[in-house]
Amino acid sequence: MGELQSEKHVRYILSVEKKKDGFESVVIDHLRLNGAYWGLTTLDILGKLDAVDKDEVVSWIMECQDESGGFGGNIGHDPHVLFTLSAIQILALFDKIDVLDIEKVSNYIANLQNEDGSFAGDMWGEIDTRFSYVAICSLALLHRLDKINVDKAVKYIVSCKNLDGGFGCTPGAESHAGQIFCCVGALAITGSLHYVDKDLLGWWLCERQVKSGGLNGRPEKLPDVCYSWWVLSSLIIIDRVHWIDKGKLVNFILDCQDKENGGISDRPDDAVDVFHTYFGIAGLSLLEYQGLKAIDPAYALPVEVVNKIFLGK
Amino acid sequence: MHGRPRKAPTQEEQEASSLKAVKLRELQSQLLNFHRNKIYTKEAVDISTKLLESNPEHYTGWNYRKLSVQNLLESALDSDSVQSILDEELRLVENALKQNFKSYGAWHHRKWILSKGHSSTDKELRLLGKFQKLDARNFHAWNYRRFITALKEIPDEKELQYTTDMIYDNFSNYSAWHNRSVLLSHLMEAREEGYSGKENVLGEEFEFVRSALFTDPDDQSGWFYHLWLLYQTLKREPLLITSWPSIGSNIQLSVNGYLDGQSLLPVLHFKSKARKYPIILCFNEAVEGVNSSTVTVECEYHAGDDLIWTPLSANKLDFAQAWLTYLNFPDEVNSLKPYSVKITVAHVPGITSLSGAPCSTTHTSFTVCVSLHDLKHAEVQTMERFSWKEENFRARATQPQDANLLHSLGNLKITMENKPIASDWSMDTISTEIAHCRELLSATNCKIGKLTLARLLMAHNTLISYSRPNDGAEIHYDEILALYRDLMKMDPKHLCYYEDEYSLALLKQLTSNTESLLKYSYEYQESTSPSMKSNLCLRLSGLSLSRLGSMECLLWVQMLDLSHNKLRSVEGLEALQLLSYLNLSNNKICSFTALEPIRMLKALQVLDVSYNEIGAHSVDTSRYLCSSPMNHAVGNDWNFEEFANGGIKLNDHWDAFLVFKDLNLIQLEILGNPVVNDQLKAFLFKIMPALKWLDGDNCN
Repeated sequence: MGELQSEKHVRYILSVEKKKDGFESVVIDHLRLNGAYWGLTTLDILGKLDAVDKDEVVSWIMECQDESGGFGGNIGHDPHVLFTLSAIQILALFDKIDVLDIEKVSNYIANLQNEDGSFAGDMWGEIDTRFSYVAICSLALLHRLDKINVDKAVKYIVSCKNLDGGFGCTPGAESHAGQIFCCVGALAITGSLHYVDKDLLGWWLCERQVKSGGLNGRPEKLPDVCYSWWVLSSLIIIDRVHWIDKGKLVNFILDCQDKENGGISDRPDDAVDVFHTYFGIAGLSLLEYQGLKAIDPAYALPVEVVNKIFLGK
Repeated sequence: MHGRPRKAPTQEEQEASSLKAVKLRELQSQLLNFHRNKIYTKEAVDISTKLLESNPEHYTGWNYRKLSVQNLLESALDSDSVQSILDEELRLVENALKQNFKSYGAWHHRKWILSKGHSSTDKELRLLGKFQKLDARNFHAWNYRRFITALKEIPDEKELQYTTDMIYDNFSNYSAWHNRSVLLSHLMEAREEGYSGKENVLGEEFEFVRSALFTDPDDQSGWFYHLWLLYQTLKREPLLITSWPSIGSNIQLSVNGYLDGQSLLPVLHFKSKARKYPIILCFNEAVEGVNSSTVTVECEYHAGDDLIWTPLSANKLDFAQAWLTYLNFPDEVNSLKPYSVKITVAHVPGITSLSGAPCSTTHTSFTVCVSLHDLKHAEVQTMERFSWKEENFRARATQPQDANLLHSLGNLKITMENKPIASDWSMDTISTEIAHCRELLSATNCKIGKLTLARLLMAHNTLISYSRPNDGAEIHYDEILALYRDLMKMDPKHLCYYEDEYSLALLKQLTSNTESLLKYSYEYQESTSPSMKSNLCLRLSGLSLSRLGSMECLLWVQMLDLSHNKLRSVEGLEALQLLSYLNLSNNKICSFTALEPIRMLKALQVLDVSYNEIGAHSVDTSRYLCSSPMNHAVGNDWNFEEFANGGIKLNDHWDAFLVFKDLNLIQLEILGNPVVNDQLKAFLFKIMPALKWLDGDNCN
């Protein structure tokens, strides 16, 4: 298994930034802002955020902003709440949230809330609890939660709670670790964790750990490094992380590294990408792997960044 | 991004990839250009078709597409043109889904088209059939199926039959089982014909899932469904289960702890300089709405309508399992005649659980008498440090005056008059399931089967305890504990889960009858100061407890030793409002936030949390379970500023501040935790003015 090849991963992330011509890169061009968040947060966890030009990144982010106040996934793309969160999170990493017109951004987000408390992702109306999380997390970081009806938002999320204790994307939808992270994270941020049956959900989540030590996203599926974040952070938020074997999960993540070229993949010996590199390293941070900055399980940003925002300097 | 093998591309592969990239980049930049300039010509729209069929994740492409459809529809002349425009979109979505059947953008576009009122139910169900054949667990398809059934008003019963078919096709279809549970819940809730009798429905479902479990016991899907059925069988309205003072007990009140020169028997006696005593109500689940309208307190000396009930929970929530109020001592100080207090809970509706179920009406009553103010034994304010050392504890031999104590401990659980708590049907069902489970386990050593048996036995015990609350007739504990020990060996990945369940079962066993409780009750007498009154201590140390439970049976405890266990959380302790002395040393408490339940123990004077792991971890797993600015549960009463001078930063000590600021500790032990340093100690003295001893250091 060996160790975490931190230097190789840093080099990998910086190289992805530069290599924009391969097919793999072009096909996800529209979510570059998410990719930037994954890459930069990973660098910060590894203590290497200063390897990038802060001002260059910030000015590119601002070019992704649309006149509605929301952010698109890349320059020229339509605004969507998913990318708006990534923009806010990256600015938080750089302690540059003040470059935003906070009223404008928070109004864009708040206007996406529906009567029943749910959130649309953008003007085209797709509803999903992912967007509830993203909206709540964004507004909390901007200190503007009062712009939405928090009670209704919580009620809607609770209506997506399933009989196995998990959460789906809409009422009645099957429990899935990614959705669970979004719902549990949103309930955590709004002080509403009493709506979570921690024992029932905790057991469902801990059963995601399979023989190889990796975690899957729902019963009878294959393990994947990205669930090291979604399942793990949910378990930590509800204080049930001791119900999995942390050592085995660490080994699984380390096994998914490309020890020669850097980067982490979904499963051992698969192709690497920034998405899985971030979730693998963030997961290792949650597992208290040596030498990594602590990451907050609800806001998905380093703890010191979150503490600064809420506890002041 | 998923499931692609890792190998360095060959020269040919790289060239092909570059070519693809150039083509795709061209399509994408053209699309953005058409979109920005609102160009919806046929050529432009065809480009978007090519793009979305090869890269259905390009969300702006779908947005452009919707605008182009709106544009076309504006100039559509008749319903046939409309039809053909929308058909084209449906065709595009189908092709895009062939490329990636998990594309959010594609599925949403289809819903958007359908909302314009168009496609036939059959067509959509056929499309779904195709995708569900490709991947029976595709949740996008299942979600779309729920969208269509709602849109086309397909009855739940029909969909239920569909899940039956899917399950017969393959038992390991968690998505089908899940959908089944959703549909059945709707049908039962709506009391649809054939589904209003919960017992019949559940009976059939238990039979149905049994075939899945026996066919493939290692597949989890059936077992999760079985667990849901178990919960449905046990589900009941919230009710009051214990109280302090406990039902039928006689409590002696005093100001200084003495009556007629004799030290009052602890446990049944309450001492308070403030001349008021607590009433604690404990429910079987978290409820809201406990107030002076929903709870009546009848007693000679108190009017009862102006009582304020406080929920004992973190985050200042409206919901809690335990609720607290205070009654004043009667004005006539020398009343030795016992007077009775009768409490009626939920005589009017208003107390409800998290899911809105109303609480059943229950009563509890006890008697109270007040002692003379004994001047001879004026309160001796002890300046000496309290010690938990072994020689201060003596096992209790049963003594004559124990009759009242035994009666009191024996009557911990409240019965409901005139109404059976556990129906015959639920008892029978659980017994049947236990038998089937044993049968399965005799043929195959299946982990989740064993776990299910343990849960069934616990459920059986709970039902027994409801019907015969206090005679310890719950029988299965030894077997349950043995099952968990087996599971720890069989499934070491989940060791700590089984340890937690083991702890809960052990504590239930311990508190299930009086003899057992007395076995763990020790008399505490400070050997070096015989003048100090003796006290009763519940000693639960060295039991490998990783988790607390059954706290509702321990509301009477004033002195509690939980040292030398494996506790990482103390959830549940907030109900023990009489607790004055608490030992948590040598456990696995990893943060101050994990101690938050203690924050509500206003009577606590002596606390030992030494030799834990506070400060040893970079991750705080209770961070969001307590009130802080991060979860917006703290408002303007977070008055940290007055302590901020002296170089103390809130960022460093906010969690210590959270836990200790409301406590009136006299003595605290925290050594043996990495977080401890002089700065922290100085801070603690500052926020707790009554603190006299900190790790053996006198405040002077």
